[in-house]
Amino acid sequence: MTGTDGAEPGTAVETHAPKPVSVGVAVISDDAVENPGFPPYRPRVSDLDPAKERQNERRIFWLFLASMVGSVLAVVAYIVFPIHEGDMGSVRLNNLFLGLGFALGLLGIGFGAVHWAKSLMHGHEEVEQRHLTRGKPETVARAGEIFTIANEESGFTRRKLIRNSLIGALALAPLSALVIFRDFAPADNPVTLLKHTLWEEGVRLARDPSGAPIKASDVTLGSVFHVIPENLHESSHPLEEKAKAAVLLMRLLPEDLNVSEGREDWNFRGIVAYSKICTHVGCPVALYEQQTHHLLCPCHQSQFDITREAAVIFGPAKRPLPQLPITVDEEGYLVARSDFHEPVGPSFWERSL
Amino acid sequence: MTSATSADAASETQVAKLTADGEKLFAANCASCHGLQAQGTEDAPTLIGVGAASVDFQVGTGRMPMAAQGPQAEKKPVQFTDEQIAALAAWVASLGPGPSIPEAQYLEGDDLATGAELFRINCAMCHNVAGAGGALTEGKFAPALAGVEAKHIYEAMITGPQNMPVFNDANISPEDKANIISYLKYVEESGSPGGLDLGNLGPVSEGLFVWIFALGAIVAITIWLTAKSN
Repeated sequence: MTGTDGAEPGTAVETHAPKPVSVGVAVISDDAVENPGFPPYRPRVSDLDPAKERQNERRIFWLFLASMVGSVLAVVAYIVFPIHEGDMGSVRLNNLFLGLGFALGLLGIGFGAVHWAKSLMHGHEEVEQRHLTRGKPETVARAGEIFTIANEESGFTRRKLIRNSLIGALALAPLSALVIFRDFAPADNPVTLLKHTLWEEGVRLARDPSGAPIKASDVTLGSVFHVIPENLHESSHPLEEKAKAAVLLMRLLPEDLNVSEGREDWNFRGIVAYSKICTHVGCPVALYEQQTHHLLCPCHQSQFDITREAAVIFGPAKRPLPQLPITVDEEGYLVARSDFHEPVGPSFWERSL
Repeated sequence: MTSATSADAASETQVAKLTADGEKLFAANCASCHGLQAQGTEDAPTLIGVGAASVDFQVGTGRMPMAAQGPQAEKKPVQFTDEQIAALAAWVASLGPGPSIPEAQYLEGDDLATGAELFRINCAMCHNVAGAGGALTEGKFAPALAGVEAKHIYEAMITGPQNMPVFNDANISPEDKANIISYLKYVEESGSPGGLDLGNLGPVSEGLFVWIFALGAIVAITIWLTAKSN
């Protein structure tokens, strides 16, 4: 089938000779680069030198032998290095030697087979033409015949009522599966959930993880406290709520804080509380440098300046960390004045800010 | 009674001598930056009220005296003997109330699980979950915690050296500090049963290893597979 005869579509044939082009018509041949064919066969050392051939044979034998040794080693290792419960060292030895045995067993076969094929097997390159994908006319006709018979026997086109009801049933079946996907989303409106946290007026700031409330006098200069709302452990979904309500509490000299208008009573004598959830993609921002008052996010290196209300000074975050307004109750414990005044964490579609 | 009084008097004399020695050492080695009365200068902070713990940590790990101003004082060979450090600490402690050197009972805890949880919440973001240390901003870094003496770990928590925040006893109780120290020692001693830890640095060193060695091996095998045998 090589050459320029009109090959049928779907046949993959090599076209070596350029197609005939009528004189005066500007047509670019679709096979602009002539197929150079194979380079002349270059004999390998094992083709020329019988000693080299034997050497390669021995190498392949050694590779297969190494594979056998590896497989035996794996079995022996399984017996010699059993796993003792609670002893990580025994797991390590077991895994190491079992793995080495498997690796040697499989790699030996693989490398040996490839080396055999490359160095000793017949080395000439050949092209095998693909056969036609379309069947013979008789086969095509017979297939059509079978369809016709099947249609007649089943009555698929004749019995329209049951055929159409089958189509209807098939169309509806996936719909019933769709409803279970609804449970992947929160039962309540997720936007409302994203905009609110457990913090509200009077909720005490508590230590993570014990939940012990924090007195303002406990927070000495240069301190940092990892804070959860005191009511977190009573919540029905404590982990979800913690992911939104986690707060970092720091004490600076009051004169180091640049407080903007409307936030004058959000700190208590230099004690400030900021959301620990990065406004970039929500990592916990907790690397606090007590001398520079910079807060660093470990995921993408966003930096926030606590002296300037957690303004972004470096990195991909776009918004400052939301500040939690705090004060003290009559017993001296730190409490929230309200929830955050904006949604915490990264942007979401319905976020208006 | 008489003997007790004389013993007290003797120990008082000892403390007075230690403090006096400390003052001389301070004047000779520290005062050029911290000021003769440790009042602080433009180059260095005041040491009034930092306590003996701070001196024991900074001088005992070789961080002070600093070799040069830099992003942060780094650990280096200790410049003073234990007696000299004790004298310096005694003098600085006499300047104002501050955290003292921890007693041995607070250097070893028995609740490793609590220690581990507190470490993960309060320390791991800077010092790495395995205590391998990590980078901060502008050349500063949180040092690795392996090989650090228990009392120095305690002193670092209570005093907050350099950019490390302070974790006072109201935040993490002395018993919990001991639990954290014991957890760190446990991590240090248990080694790495999973194989090479590659510095415990997580995806950075592990990713680099895979890119160079695993992909390198795959590329090499691919080249060998497709090359013609000579």
